[in-house]
Amino acid sequence: MDMQSLYLTVPLAPLAGALVAGLFGRSIGRTGAHLVTILGVLVSFLASILIFQDVLAGNTFNGALYTWITSGDVSLEIGFLIDRLTTVMMLVVTFVSLCVHVYTIGYMSDDDGYQRFFSYISLFTFSMLMLVMSNNFLQLFFGWEAVGLVSYLLIGFWYTRESAIYANLKAFLVNRVGDFGFLLGIGLVLAYFGSLDYAQVFQKAPTLAHESISILDGHAWSLLTVICILLFIGAMGKSAQFPLHVWLPDSMEGPTPISALIHAATMVTAGIFMVARMSPLFELSDTALSFVMIIGAITALFMGFLGMIQNDIKRVVAYSTLSQLGYMTVALGASAYSVAIFHLMTHAFFKALLFLAAGSVIIGMHHDQDIRNMGGLRKYMPITWITLLIGSLALIGTPGLSGFFSKDSIILATYASDLYGSGFAAFAVTAGVFVTAFYSFRMYFLVFHGKERFHNAHAGHDQEGGKDDDQHGHHGGGHGTPHESPWVVWLPLVLLAIPSVYAGWAYIEPMLFGDYFGGAIFVNHEAHKAMSDLAHHFHGAGAMTLHALMTLPFWLAVAGVATAYYLYMVRRDLPEKIRRQAGVLYTILDQKYGFDRFNDWFFAGGARWLGGRLWRWGDVTAIDGVMVNGSARVVGQFARLARGLQSGYIYHYAFAMIIGVALLVTVFVG
Amino acid sequence: MLEATGLFGIGWLSLAIWVPILAGVLILTTGDDSNAEGQRTLALLGALAGFAAAVPLWTGFDAATPVMQFEELASWIPAFNINYHLGVDGIAMPFVLLNSFTTILVVLAGWQVIQSKVGQYMAAFLIQSGLINGVFCALDGVLFYVFFEAMLIPLYLIIGMWGGQNRVYAAIKFFLYTLLGSLLMLVAMMYLFFQADGSFEILAWHKAGLTMTAQVLLFVAFFFAFAVKVPMWPVHTWLPDAHVEAPTGGSVVLAAITLKVGAYGFLRFILPIVPDAAHELTWLIVTFSLIAVVYIGLVALVQSDMKKLIAYSSIAHMGFVTLGFFLFNPLGIEGGLIQMISHGFVSAAMFLCVGVMYDRMHSRQIADYGGVANTMPKFAAFFMLFAMANAGLPATSGFVGEFMVVLGAVQVNFWWAALAATTLIFGAAYTLWMVKRVVFGKVANEHVAELTDIDGREFIVLGILALCVLGMGVYPLPFTEVMHASVDNLLAHVAHSKLVY
Repeated sequence: MDMQSLYLTVPLAPLAGALVAGLFGRSIGRTGAHLVTILGVLVSFLASILIFQDVLAGNTFNGALYTWITSGDVSLEIGFLIDRLTTVMMLVVTFVSLCVHVYTIGYMSDDDGYQRFFSYISLFTFSMLMLVMSNNFLQLFFGWEAVGLVSYLLIGFWYTRESAIYANLKAFLVNRVGDFGFLLGIGLVLAYFGSLDYAQVFQKAPTLAHESISILDGHAWSLLTVICILLFIGAMGKSAQFPLHVWLPDSMEGPTPISALIHAATMVTAGIFMVARMSPLFELSDTALSFVMIIGAITALFMGFLGMIQNDIKRVVAYSTLSQLGYMTVALGASAYSVAIFHLMTHAFFKALLFLAAGSVIIGMHHDQDIRNMGGLRKYMPITWITLLIGSLALIGTPGLSGFFSKDSIILATYASDLYGSGFAAFAVTAGVFVTAFYSFRMYFLVFHGKERFHNAHAGHDQEGGKDDDQHGHHGGGHGTPHESPWVVWLPLVLLAIPSVYAGWAYIEPMLFGDYFGGAIFVNHEAHKAMSDLAHHFHGAGAMTLHALMTLPFWLAVAGVATAYYLYMVRRDLPEKIRRQAGVLYTILDQKYGFDRFNDWFFAGGARWLGGRLWRWGDVTAIDGVMVNGSARVVGQFARLARGLQSGYIYHYAFAMIIGVALLVTVFVG
Repeated sequence: MLEATGLFGIGWLSLAIWVPILAGVLILTTGDDSNAEGQRTLALLGALAGFAAAVPLWTGFDAATPVMQFEELASWIPAFNINYHLGVDGIAMPFVLLNSFTTILVVLAGWQVIQSKVGQYMAAFLIQSGLINGVFCALDGVLFYVFFEAMLIPLYLIIGMWGGQNRVYAAIKFFLYTLLGSLLMLVAMMYLFFQADGSFEILAWHKAGLTMTAQVLLFVAFFFAFAVKVPMWPVHTWLPDAHVEAPTGGSVVLAAITLKVGAYGFLRFILPIVPDAAHELTWLIVTFSLIAVVYIGLVALVQSDMKKLIAYSSIAHMGFVTLGFFLFNPLGIEGGLIQMISHGFVSAAMFLCVGVMYDRMHSRQIADYGGVANTMPKFAAFFMLFAMANAGLPATSGFVGEFMVVLGAVQVNFWWAALAATTLIFGAAYTLWMVKRVVFGKVANEHVAELTDIDGREFIVLGILALCVLGMGVYPLPFTEVMHASVDNLLAHVAHSKLVY
């Protein structure tokens, strides 16, 4: 098989699986559906490995599959760009997707929508692969919207739940706000570069570095700044950056496997990937980079705060995801694109692990998601316990584990950046370390240690298990003793725990300081020194690990864990007291800074109010009332004539008339 | 391929026009509803034959040339130099196919629903189909005018006879609106007859030099005729009423085809005949178009009647068409044309979906539904797909035209593009909010609980449209390719002033 067929196999195998499971789900049955989709993703994963090896051997590919449209001198194509950045993403996507597919067998085992679910997650895998393998902005946008569609379908998977169908509409619309910017950015690229092909655009970018456009009269802005910020607005939607982050916590209404796959490991990192892919453009605009860094820093710190007070196990992990996406965005702003991708990769492993482990806890707890009802679970769910602990340690940056290498590199890159906003970003990502450690271990202690609280928990929990459709109804009412999950559930946890441990140690050197990314990522080292600075101080993974023990982030992480231990293991009475003391501060966090309320009131309510007014005053009163019904008398007269219509006879008259007139004219005038 | 080859010495264009009309007339002679089954079969055969006559236009089309193809020319009224002159270029040809194709769907959609005056119902649609083909094929002004007016009569009757409660009001509102425009157009045509040295040839009008005053007046006259049909804001209020009262088939034809006639008029008449006035008045059309996108998008959001919502969404989508035309660049015009074809598929599908529900529940009110996915899963999947196409999701046809027009708009004016791009948000908001309230959720009431999923006939109709929507979204190249030569030619023509002083 030649390489190009292999490239095609990667996205098409999951698509084939999705089509078979989706269209023939009933006839192939449950087993058939999961076999065919898992086979598709497995083929895709294996093909990705082969392609990875080929790319490591120095081969890249950039070519069109087919022409989508031509118009004037514009030709838009569907095609692949296979380079080192692409292959990292392909491996991450197919590996996590494979784990999630297997896990789903267990997690969704008693769900009526089993086949539909497998079809959706395979369709997602296809869309995500098309996105990362694209060689042009058009296909990027295709994949971008397609993953959004599947995300919409999966958040609303349990479509009888009001909260789920509210959340999926919200997710789609907030993403569309981002896409609005993204589309205009793409439009400007085509208008000024004359092409949507990455290679052509990047090649031409330096010549347009000093081009300016006047969008508002009298204000000349740098073209590339405008383009980059518009593109980044798209990333803010998809990667849930402040203030377009509001959809991600609500997306937890979807089943847990997709929270791991879509809302942690892959789709939400599409924005990070996109900016890294566009590095030749972003490098030309310091303003855009500053904007990116500040948005990322706000997200990293302030979304972390919200994670500290959540009681739903999935929402803790969700806010953690928001915060970590902020870290990646900060890295992009500091021109440390490779670090962002590195963190994207390690985060994909440990965050997918955390979500799936949380899902395992949810199964063990008979679909109760409230961590206040748990406690002492380590005895009952040993594999889940250990793997979740590994994931948490990786997340908080324990020296030696994967998250340490990527997160510390981000922090160091921020210190090295001298762009506007880098001081604030440095503060945010450093302080974020404490916050991350605190919420991670608050959850960990509450779930796995301390008193067993599940026996006296009230039955009427209202989370995932309490959904009002009846497929999980038999779990309702009272708690049994928690139990370890079946092997299809814990095996993916183990598979993900392995890279969560070693991926940082093993890959930091080639990915950040070796020439791994080669030409795929462009950094202007003259102007943006973060990466060269990092390289200067890097003396191997071992030295970095040892050195970390003497740095602030490490001790902040230790402090975070210790605080969580003290508050939730030693002095269980304190959190409640603090909560009461904190008053306003707690309310602000509890209300998530008020974004949801404001958006509901201002945007959703405002649009409906405005629409209603325009309709009443514009269409009904002004146009129909004055213009049309001003001739109401005429209408009235016609109406008398028209009553005859119902007889059906006038039908014949009308045709006789037209034909008659035509004939008369022909005969007499002709 | 420039000469008309056809069957029995009759050109393909004449066949595409007269086969459905004759089939319709034939059905009228078959008596009353006691022959309903035969009438339905005859109608389906007529629609299929009409489509078969249109297919050679696509397969035999020479995309390399902008000149009129499949031309037919015969003298009609020699005293006034009025001819039976037909021909299509890359702009008109796709719509003959779209129209003939839609007719098949409409016949199938009315198969069981229409139980009274079946013959007349089917005949009206077939005759209308032929007349609309005539509009797209006519190269003689008078011939165009006759078809343009005559096509309204069947639609008027469809609404008036098979419509809902308020059908007479809606039919008359529709009739009055369009009549006003047509009369002005007739005057404009008279004037052009003399300016073009006594010719009713539309192509001769393209060449006639005109003063600015004359151009502006002609622009206004044609604009009224076509803007009402599109319909553009602020002459759009007849459309929601007409849709609400029309039977499903009527809505389908109205949305999929009739609106396109108005937009087609802009390209065949306004741009080439009065290019200087068109450039001069671009601001006006662009303003109306953008109002259609933003204002109508917001208005659609608050509709409680599904058909009204889709009708308003049609107006917003047609705003993209007129915006694209007045960008005067290839992406804009071809994007507008693509949007017209796509809207033919998507709006037809949306109205058919509402029809499927209406046939079962006899309500179009969103509030009467909820949780339809529980009882009609297959239908829900189709509805979801078409809703996504309506919201312009990539890989559906709904994306292609909007994307092209936005790209074309950025080249001209960033803010036009920005306002047009708000459809990403509004289009998704009004469409998916409706989907949420109708399809998702718990079973809302016992009527929804009793719903039965789509049957084989409905499945085929929606399935064909689904294939069209996806096919065009994934691979739109064939659609744009047939247009290039004609659109480039039009743009070259429009770029040259034809002012005389």
